[in-house]
Amino acid sequence: MPTSHLLLLSALLFIIGTVGFLIRRNVLVVLMSIELILNAVNINLVTFSRNFASLNGQIFALFVITVTAAEVAVALAIVVSLVRNRETVDTEKMNLMKW
Amino acid sequence: MLDKIYLIPFLPGLGALLLGLFGPRYIREKSHWIACTTLGLSFLFSVVAFFELLQLPAAERSLEVILYQWIEVGQFKASLGFQIDPLSVVMLLVVTGVGFLIHIYSIGYMHGEKGYARFFTYLNLFAFSMLILVLANNFLLLFVGWEAVGLCSYLLIGYWFEKHSASEAGKKAFLVNRVGDFGFALAVMLIFATFGTISFTEVFHRAPEASVGVLTAITLLLFMGACGKSAQIPLYVWLPDAMEGPTPVSALIHAATMVTAGIYMIARTHILFSLAPFTLSLIAIIGAATALFAATIALVQNDIKRILAYSTISQLGYMFMALGVGAFTAGIFHLMTHAFFKALLFLGAGSVMHALSGELDIRKMGGLARHIPKTAITFVIAAIAIAGIPPLAGFWSKDEILWSAFHSGNTLVWALGALTVLMTAFYMFRLVFQVFYGKSRVVPEVAHHIHESPSVMTYPLMILAFLSIIGGFVGIPPGRGAFHSFLSPVFGEHGETHSLASLGGGLGLEYIMMFISVLLGAAGIGIAYLFYIKNPQLPGRLAKSLAVPYKILLNKYFVDEFYSRTLVRPGIRLANFFRRFDQVIIDGIVNGVSQLTVFTSFLSKLFDDHFVDGFVNDVGDGIAGFGRRVRRFQTGLVQNYALYIVLGVAAMLTIFLLR
Repeated sequence: MPTSHLLLLSALLFIIGTVGFLIRRNVLVVLMSIELILNAVNINLVTFSRNFASLNGQIFALFVITVTAAEVAVALAIVVSLVRNRETVDTEKMNLMKW
Repeated sequence: MLDKIYLIPFLPGLGALLLGLFGPRYIREKSHWIACTTLGLSFLFSVVAFFELLQLPAAERSLEVILYQWIEVGQFKASLGFQIDPLSVVMLLVVTGVGFLIHIYSIGYMHGEKGYARFFTYLNLFAFSMLILVLANNFLLLFVGWEAVGLCSYLLIGYWFEKHSASEAGKKAFLVNRVGDFGFALAVMLIFATFGTISFTEVFHRAPEASVGVLTAITLLLFMGACGKSAQIPLYVWLPDAMEGPTPVSALIHAATMVTAGIYMIARTHILFSLAPFTLSLIAIIGAATALFAATIALVQNDIKRILAYSTISQLGYMFMALGVGAFTAGIFHLMTHAFFKALLFLGAGSVMHALSGELDIRKMGGLARHIPKTAITFVIAAIAIAGIPPLAGFWSKDEILWSAFHSGNTLVWALGALTVLMTAFYMFRLVFQVFYGKSRVVPEVAHHIHESPSVMTYPLMILAFLSIIGGFVGIPPGRGAFHSFLSPVFGEHGETHSLASLGGGLGLEYIMMFISVLLGAAGIGIAYLFYIKNPQLPGRLAKSLAVPYKILLNKYFVDEFYSRTLVRPGIRLANFFRRFDQVIIDGIVNGVSQLTVFTSFLSKLFDDHFVDGFVNDVGDGIAGFGRRVRRFQTGLVQNYALYIVLGVAAMLTIFLLR
């Protein structure tokens, strides 16, 4: 499988994740987009590990997964708390930090 | 006594101080006790001083008693010191003696006056000043006395200051006097500049060192001072107006003492004058001219005191005549005799006014001799004395002056003097006849109250009358009497009038001159008798036929009007000009500057409000505006912030990849 295909996949997923994070109104969808970004990065890392016959990439991807898991836990806790307080999942409504 | 000579002036000075501080409130009608006691003691001490001086041999009769060194600035030294010699002793006796009699007289004359204490304060102050003047041993101290008597004259002339004419007269006296004082002050400065000292003994000792020109200048300036003080042409105009003051004041200051200060001063400084013959000639001429001039005015005046005032000016002219021809002793002799009979005349006039409730127009008098005999007799005695009829005092002194003038070759001066003798006799007896004899022209309401004055007023009259009779005897034989030898240490050969024996062949001539003087005097009296007793319509007819001369004389040759037009009014205009200059320009500038300050502060406020505050506000607004615009980035939406991150990364990537 040519590396460029895999990198392209990684880039596409990254872009989709980024745009989704920027565009979507639902908080949970934004979180999912973040996951998408992280997983895209994982694919990128593994691809380069396969490419250079080194385990560094895979080990780093493992770290990323771990951190992602922890981060998701915290993020969800925050989101749950936030949604409970604002009684909405619309990000556009969460502008208390507006000037 | 001689070493305590300072008591003589200081006692009246103390009297003036006490009366001035406590008189009006506490002493009031008892003021005369202090005033008369102090001056009486001064007189007694003067007599003692006189006798003590006689104890000394003639050559040593000159002492200086210095109290302390008053001023010492570099080369300029003036001491508070007194000079005692025959001349000062003569002056002391005259001033304190006649002064004391007048103080006594004033007790009666000023009785009941509101300012009784004030009057005696000023009288004592005057005595103090005059005594300082005659005792001073240097020019500065003399000048102090000189100015002070001028001040007292002003105070006393304007004694009834609520009366406008009186306060004006006081001002006039002081101002005219000031002109003379200006000359005197310049003279003293010139003396110091020339001799480096102002002490009499030193200046007289070194007088010959100076040039005739400088001495002439000095003596002319001194004479200018004397003209002001002793009322000679052209500075005599204050004396007739000075009659506004109470009569004792006229007697003391304007007859016997203050006006003689000029004579005394010239006598004292005679050494300077005898070295400046030009000045002496001038003095003689002005003296003679003044004597005649004033006598002509007195011929037609109707105010009893004015007649006596012009008479005083005239007699002072005689004294200057004497000084001018070098007969200094004769001048002082006449000063003394004149003090006696002129004071008597004034006090007598005061007595007449007292009897007539203040009337002084002789046209409203007449026939008073039977009502006020004591006044009348003493007055007539004085009139005879002044007319120069022997053996009364006036004859001896006046004749000596005339003889000195004639003998020294000043025939014109003698002629003017002789003519004046005629006029003097005439106007004096015109006065006598109009007031005391003939038909009474007194207004009826006044006539009811005619009464003789109290003894406190008549005793001084009698004493002065006695002195007018015997006063001349000290000058006999003429030119060599006791008076002359007494004063010879002072005047040396200048004083001794060249008389009889010393210039052989003069004996007969002198007696002829005496005879002429007496004849002129008697003629004057006779004409007066003709005009006012025998033929009373004569004066009126003469006045009508010589209307223009009469008008000129009656109006005193219009001199006052002339002075007013040429000096007084321009002076007032000048003063007004300066006043307006001060108000408009000076005050204008001051106000203008303040306006400028106000305007500047207004501009400053404008600038401050507009620019400074504006700037500050604009800065604030600017920042606020900037903040307003920038804060819009803070949307509170996380996704916006994420967008900025992404954009930033993209930018960095672009730059990185394009490198």
